[in-house]
Amino acid sequence: MKKESNKYVKGLTQEKYKYGFTTDVNTEVIERGLNEDVIRLISKKKQEPEWLLDFRLRAYRYWQTMDMPTWAHLSIPEIDYQAISYYADPTKRKDGPKNLDEVDPELLKTFNKLGIPLEEQMALSGMAVDAVMDSVSVKTTFKETLMEKGIIFCSMSEAIREHGDLVKMYLGSVVGYRDNFFAALNSAVFSDGSFVYIPKGVRCPMELSTYFRINAANTGQFERTLIIADDDSYVSYLEGCTAPMRDENQLHAAIVEIVVMNRAEVKYSTVQNWYPGDAEGKGGVYNFVTKRGICKGVESKLSWTQVETGSAITWKYPSCILSGDNSTAEFYSVAVTNNFQQADTGTKMIHIGKNTRSTIVSKGISAGRSQNSYRGLVRVSEKADNARNYSQCDSLLLGSQCGAHTFPYMDIHNETAVVEHEATTSKISEDQLFYCNQRGISTEDAVGLIVNGYAKEVINKLPMEFAVEAQKLLSVSLEGSVG
Amino acid sequence: MLEIKDLHATINGKEILKGINLTVKSGEVHAIMGPNGSGKSTLSNVLVGHPAYEVTKGTVTFDGKDLLSLSAADRSHEGLFLSFQYPVEIPGVSMVNFMRTAVNEQRKYRGLPALTASEFLKLMRKKREIVELDSKLANRSVNEGFSGGEKKRNEIFQMAMLEPKLSILDETDSGLDIDALRIVAEGVNKLKTPETSCIVITHYQRLLDYIKPDVVHVLYKGRIVKTAGPELALELEAKGYDWIKKELGE
Repeated sequence: MKKESNKYVKGLTQEKYKYGFTTDVNTEVIERGLNEDVIRLISKKKQEPEWLLDFRLRAYRYWQTMDMPTWAHLSIPEIDYQAISYYADPTKRKDGPKNLDEVDPELLKTFNKLGIPLEEQMALSGMAVDAVMDSVSVKTTFKETLMEKGIIFCSMSEAIREHGDLVKMYLGSVVGYRDNFFAALNSAVFSDGSFVYIPKGVRCPMELSTYFRINAANTGQFERTLIIADDDSYVSYLEGCTAPMRDENQLHAAIVEIVVMNRAEVKYSTVQNWYPGDAEGKGGVYNFVTKRGICKGVESKLSWTQVETGSAITWKYPSCILSGDNSTAEFYSVAVTNNFQQADTGTKMIHIGKNTRSTIVSKGISAGRSQNSYRGLVRVSEKADNARNYSQCDSLLLGSQCGAHTFPYMDIHNETAVVEHEATTSKISEDQLFYCNQRGISTEDAVGLIVNGYAKEVINKLPMEFAVEAQKLLSVSLEGSVG
Repeated sequence: MLEIKDLHATINGKEILKGINLTVKSGEVHAIMGPNGSGKSTLSNVLVGHPAYEVTKGTVTFDGKDLLSLSAADRSHEGLFLSFQYPVEIPGVSMVNFMRTAVNEQRKYRGLPALTASEFLKLMRKKREIVELDSKLANRSVNEGFSGGEKKRNEIFQMAMLEPKLSILDETDSGLDIDALRIVAEGVNKLKTPETSCIVITHYQRLLDYIKPDVVHVLYKGRIVKTAGPELALELEAKGYDWIKKELGE
C-alpha cells in the first residue's frame, strides 16, 4: 500500500504546476552580464530621462560594494550575476514596425491560458490588469476608463515617460537603493512593473492588478511597482505571478513601494506562485523581494495580504512604516513550502506616529523537506505614544522532515506601547487524516480541508476571486505531501 | 453483508488478529466482547482500512465486494462506518464543511449530484435531532472542545448523515453518563433498518440493554473463541472471562 501511494504522490507533484509552459515568441534579450554599459543600454531602450539613468548608476555603484545578505534562515547557492541577462522584451516583433496598441496574439494567448484575458470585453468584471512578461508590460486594460476618474494605472516605463514628476518625487522614497543588496540591484536594473496614482478623494472603482510572468530563459525579472494613494482615496491592488518550469534557477528581485497619504487606504494582495522547482528540488525561482509601504498621512491605512506558495527560495518582508498619527497597518500571510522549497518571510512594523496600530497574522505551512521561517520586527520609536501591536504566528507541519521556525524581534522605545505576540505549532496527524478517510474524504481532500481551515483567517482577507483561487492553490501546492 | 474468513493482521510486525471468522447478515446486530488487548479495536481498524495495520492473511467480503482491496475512503463510500472510540479533533475545519465534503464525496462515488447548500443544511438539521446535537456544536470545528459525551453523540450524528449499511461502534459507551448513553443508543436504534447491520464492541452489558444484539462473540487473543445469543453477554457480566479461559484450557 505504501508503495502505491508513493507512485501516486510522484504523479501529482510532477503535474501539479500547471503554469509551467513556455511561450514561443520572438524575444529581444540583451547579452548576459552586468556592467555600466548594460545599465545605460536598458535606460536607453526605455528612453529614460537623465535623472533616472543617474539613479540607476548610483545604485549600481553602491551595489558593487555590497555582499549578499546571509542572515536569513536560507541556504542560497552562489548566484553568478554575470550569467544572467537583465533585459528581455517579448513584444519586439520581427515583422517591421508595430502598432502600439497591437499585441502579439501569442502573448494574448499566453495570458488567456493563465486565466488573465487582456481583451477588455472578456476581462473579469471589476478588475483592471497590467500584464508584464519578462522585462516589459504587454498590455494594461481599462486604462482609459480609470483615467476618467483621474486614476493613473500604467506600466512603470509609461509612467516615467508620461508622469515623470510623480515618479521622480516618489521613486526610492520608501525603499532607497541603499536599503539592501537586492534593493540596490533592482534600482540599478529594474524594468517594468506597475504605477498607480489615486487622486485625492477618489475611491478606485475596480480592483487593480498586475500579473507578472517570467518567460525567457536565463533572464532575471526586476520589476518595480509604485503605488501612491493621495488624501482620502482608496485602492485595492492585486499581484499574481507564475513562471515556466525550467531546470535552471531564475532570479526575481522586485521592489514595491507604497505611499499612503491622509485618511487614504491601500490594500495590497499577492498570490505568489512562481515555479517552485520540481520534487527533487531542481529549478525554481529565487524570489528576493523588498516590499514596503509608508502610512505617511494621519489616519491612513495599509494592509498587506500574501499567499505564498511558489518559488524555490523566498526572501520577502512586506513592511509598513506607520509615520502618520492614528495610522493602521496589517500583515496577513500564508506561506506554504513543500518538497525542497525554502521561505524566510514576515514583516516589519515600524511605529513612529502616535496612536498607531499594527496587526500581524502569519500562518506557515511546511511539508516535504522544506524549511519555512517567519521573521518579523516590531519597532516602536520614542515618540510613538500608545502604539499597539498584535502578532500571531502559527506553524503547521505536514510530515516529519520539514522545518518551521519563528524569529520575532521587538524593539520598543516607548513605555506606553502594548505589544502582544502569540505563537503556536501544530501538526496534521495521521489520526486526523484517517478520521477524514473513514468518513469518505480522501487524504488529498482532507489535507485541503485542514489547511484551508487553518489559513481561513488570511484567505478571508483576499478579494473574492482571489480567495477561491488561493484556496485551490493551497490544496494543489500540498498535494502529495502526505504519503 | 459482511463475511470475514481467517483474517490475520499485524501492527509493527506483531500479529494481533490470528484467524478471525465472522459473518454478519443484513439487519443483524452483533456484539463483540472480550478482555483488554484481545484485538477488538484492531478488528474494527482493520475493517475500515487503518494504514497502520497490515493484513497478512484471509479475506473480507462486504456486500459482495473484496473489502480489503478498497481504500479507506471507498470503504466508507460503500457503506462502512466506524464510530471511533477516541474521535480526533480537527481544528479550523467546521463540522458543516466537514460533513458537506463527506456527504458529497459519497454521493459522487454513487453517481449522485452534490447537494446544494440549502439541501445540505436541511438534512443536517433533521439528522441533528436524532442525537439531540446542539446546533452550536454543528458550527464548531470538528470535535474541538467537545466533551466526551458530545464527541460520541457527534459520531452517531455523522452515522445518521452517512446512512451506512454496516456500522461498527467501538466502545461507544466508554466515558458516557447514563443520559448520554441512552441518547446515543436511542440514536443508533432509530437509524436501524432491516437492511442495515451493526457491530457493537463493548465491555459492558449496559449498552446492550439499549442496543439488543442478536449474536454475542467473545474475542480472545486474536480469535473468536465463543459465539452465542444475548444471554452470553449477561453471563460475562456476571462471571467475567476466567471461565472462558478455563474452557480454553488456560
